[in-house]
Amino acid sequence: MSQTTSDPRYGLKPPKRPMRISWSDERFRGIVWQVVVVAIVAAIFWWLWSNTVRNLEVRRIASGWGFLGREAGLPIAESVIPYDPTNTYLRALTVGVLNTLKVAIIGVVLATVLGTVLGVLRLSKNWLVSRFVGAYVEVVRDLPLLLQLLFWYAVLQGLPGPRQAVNPATGVFLSNRGLKLPWFEWLDAHSWALLACVIGIVLTLIWRKKALARQMADGQPRRVWPVALLLCIGAPLAVWAAQGAPFSPDIPYLRGFNFQGGLTVSPEFFALLVGLTLYTAGFICEIVRAGILAVHQGQWEAAGALGLPRGRIMRLVVLPQALRVIIPPMTSQFLNLTKNSSLAVAIGYQDIVSIANTTLNQTGQAIEGIAAIMLVYLTISLSISLFMNWYNTRIALVER
Amino acid sequence: MSVTVNHTPSPALPPPSRVMAGGPLGWVRANLLNGPINAAVTLLLAYLVVRYAISFIDWAFIHAIWEVPNDRFGRPDTALCRDNKGIGACWAVIGEKHRFILFGTYPYEEHWRPAIVCVLFIALYIVSAMRRFWRKELVLVWVATLTIIGILMWGGVFGLSYVPQERWGGLPITLILATFGLAFAFPLAILVALGRRSRLPAIKALCVLYVELIRGVPLISLLFMASVMFPLFLPEGMNIDKLLRAQVAIILFAGAYLAEVVRAGLQALPKGQYEAADALGLSYWQKTGFIILPQALRLVIPPLVNTFIGFFKDTSLVLIIGIFDLLTAAKTSIIEPQWQGFAVEVYVTVGLIYFIFCFAMSKYSAGLEAELNRHRVR
Amino acid sequence: MSAATSPARQMGKPAIQLLGVNKWYGQMHVLRNINLEIAEGERVVVCGPSGSGKSTMIRCINRLEEHQQGQIIVDGIELGDDLKSLDAIRREVGMVFQSFNLFPHLTILENCTLAPIWVRKMPKKEAEALAMEYLTRVRIPEQANKYPGQLSGGQQQRVAIARALCMKPKIMLFDEPTSALDPEMIKEVLDTMVMLADTGMTMICVTHEMGFARQVADRVVFMDRGEVVESNTPDELFGNPQTDRLKLFLSQILRGH
Repeated sequence: MSQTTSDPRYGLKPPKRPMRISWSDERFRGIVWQVVVVAIVAAIFWWLWSNTVRNLEVRRIASGWGFLGREAGLPIAESVIPYDPTNTYLRALTVGVLNTLKVAIIGVVLATVLGTVLGVLRLSKNWLVSRFVGAYVEVVRDLPLLLQLLFWYAVLQGLPGPRQAVNPATGVFLSNRGLKLPWFEWLDAHSWALLACVIGIVLTLIWRKKALARQMADGQPRRVWPVALLLCIGAPLAVWAAQGAPFSPDIPYLRGFNFQGGLTVSPEFFALLVGLTLYTAGFICEIVRAGILAVHQGQWEAAGALGLPRGRIMRLVVLPQALRVIIPPMTSQFLNLTKNSSLAVAIGYQDIVSIANTTLNQTGQAIEGIAAIMLVYLTISLSISLFMNWYNTRIALVER
Repeated sequence: MSVTVNHTPSPALPPPSRVMAGGPLGWVRANLLNGPINAAVTLLLAYLVVRYAISFIDWAFIHAIWEVPNDRFGRPDTALCRDNKGIGACWAVIGEKHRFILFGTYPYEEHWRPAIVCVLFIALYIVSAMRRFWRKELVLVWVATLTIIGILMWGGVFGLSYVPQERWGGLPITLILATFGLAFAFPLAILVALGRRSRLPAIKALCVLYVELIRGVPLISLLFMASVMFPLFLPEGMNIDKLLRAQVAIILFAGAYLAEVVRAGLQALPKGQYEAADALGLSYWQKTGFIILPQALRLVIPPLVNTFIGFFKDTSLVLIIGIFDLLTAAKTSIIEPQWQGFAVEVYVTVGLIYFIFCFAMSKYSAGLEAELNRHRVR
Repeated sequence: MSAATSPARQMGKPAIQLLGVNKWYGQMHVLRNINLEIAEGERVVVCGPSGSGKSTMIRCINRLEEHQQGQIIVDGIELGDDLKSLDAIRREVGMVFQSFNLFPHLTILENCTLAPIWVRKMPKKEAEALAMEYLTRVRIPEQANKYPGQLSGGQQQRVAIARALCMKPKIMLFDEPTSALDPEMIKEVLDTMVMLADTGMTMICVTHEMGFARQVADRVVFMDRGEVVESNTPDELFGNPQTDRLKLFLSQILRGH
């Protein structure tokens, strides 16, 4: 019985096998196939490439990224960073990337919130509510996104001018010039408060981990929310107050034919954001619904039989399992939303596609322009995919 | 205390009927008014739905304008519609422009040809959707139908006048892009999916590269590539028209997405099926054709149909590179000054067309899924 | 007939020879220097604890798994990277799996005729007649036009046996054919196998059914940790185990039953 301690099956290493040069040899055949396929693909690309080089010569187009440093001369209506037409193409493209990210990030947040709420409502026992959400999902998913964007843009353009603007609340105006919202003057104190809030969130997470660890040690549950309240809201308020609590509201008002002050959401951005959010929320709704349904009823029963309260069952048993089903398709929806934001070009919101397109029309640098677009999206897609792979391996169910 | 157990079997009773418990009123109570919050929600939602439905009906029907008179130049006079804006819809724009929206700039007196083409496409879809026609002959039906469609659109034979492709437009273009796209993308997707599961590293790497590259970028960038870069790729003097270039981009795009769906089916198939086919001595292609693909594709029909829906909608993106599909025709139809500002009516109409196609596919997919699940349970 | 369990019984030339066969999964040495010779018409039962390499060994014989060292000679042909010899061997070796592995999208009849038509290049009529003959022999001809999902596990496994037999193999491999079955269905499958054994087929069977081994096997091979530990007639092997490992194994399965 001595074998039980050291397994003899580990030790010797497998030998390498020689390969025969014969068509009936499996490995040889495999290599031949691969060489043939790779050669064909390479030949096609080489042919395309040589044609391209010849065509560029004939049309006297200089290839290369030199144009990036030249003056762009293209006006951009809205930008996150300071920009004017005398800046370089590189800066113009950067503005485009930031505009894409802006609409994508805000869209993802809004679509997730709306989609999750709809997904839960879809499962409501109230017949009217669940049917209503179902109809919404069906309509939104069965119409092309581009059509929806054009529709929302047409609706916004059909709104009355600033003088007859829709005014649902003080300082909020909806007109064919877009949406106007009250805002306030952003000062250093606000930046500090924001920083304090971020630090507060991080500290709360650390605190929660510590509290859990101590609960595991002595069995005493500890409340997290008072600490969270203090760190995430109290501390930022204190920072803000310490600097004199500055606050000067900036409420839009009508002067002449247009609005002054306030926060402006352009009709293009607004239509794009509304279209993307409503469209993606329809898909997210179905994902959330499927995720919740995927958790077997037996899990609720089993956890209930252990005496866990409903909240804990949701938090500790159901949600972790539902998330495993929800997160992969959810990520691909986030990616889709980001890629779909490229439809901005159709309604005149200047994202990376729109600006790169103008650039390639102005400079004739077609290859570089399109390469720039693809590079930006590939970078976004790849970084999200990598993050997801990491996350998936972390939460993957261990199964045989 | 009775000790003896009387073992008379109790009679088997029918289960109490749940549907009719309390009749329709009981149903309303159980599904709409259970609890005060639910009742409040129901009433609020019902109020909102009714209110907006009424104002929509008001706009779309009661106060709508269906026809406009011509002005002294013989052009439609839309002043009436403009006064009515925000109150009622101006369906006159559809009455005036529907032929343009449906068939684009195709010669007016030849419109019957694209009309037949649309009918043929729809008939083709319906036949393909019916399970009892899922036979090898279906491929022949497709080839024949697509040939007839080509003859009808181009003409030049059988006494039909020749219509250059530049003049095609509207719904036939959308259906052509979607159908031909699918017909070519699907075999490509199967090959790529098989390649991605191949044991040969170079072939696998090529397939992975193709799928991930295409899925990582938006369709628009591929369409731009088709419209501005493809001409650079081809030797001098060789020219492919824009529609075909866009079609190629769409095929490449759809191929990558479909390949992932097919791959999911291949992965879901138990390993034993591969082994049993091997043990019987079937060759790779026999194994794939007789055993693996028939089962793998059947497993993924519902997601396949969903991908088709997405793909049908995505053909509308050719608008951005100026190809005259249904949506482009709709957008162009309101470019004349007298019709400007009636976009909502046009988009609602075109949306209805898209919706009918997609909704039909989506219901079909749901029905098929239910049917397949029933089989699996049994 | 089945009483003739003497190893000397009409043993012809070897049908299968494993000479110094070694196999690794990554770093794990799962088959260690296997030497086994099986004569034509011989019926061998392979037993051993789970993970001992018995399934792996018989899956190497028709190369569902690759061995990395040593020789496997089946019906005079050596197994290697050569695809032609692989095709030849797979035509001659039939296999029955633990999980049946019938093709669910084909009818019972189509399951049985697929390989004869496409691998043996048999006319369809002939293949169908042959299939019906074997389905009759496993006693389910009336199910020919049903789909596998409509059959019970025992019936499915009998179809799987018929499917393998339709290729007219010289050798049959059974990989735990009864392990996935309910007790009342095990017998019908074992009966089919006993009937097959009576026809003089060369059989290798991985199984825990010791009753079947005693009744049918010419020889029982006991494997443990990738090695052939003992190989003997059933009476000798079960009645007079030589090694501690076999004794332990036997005590465990006897306790289990």
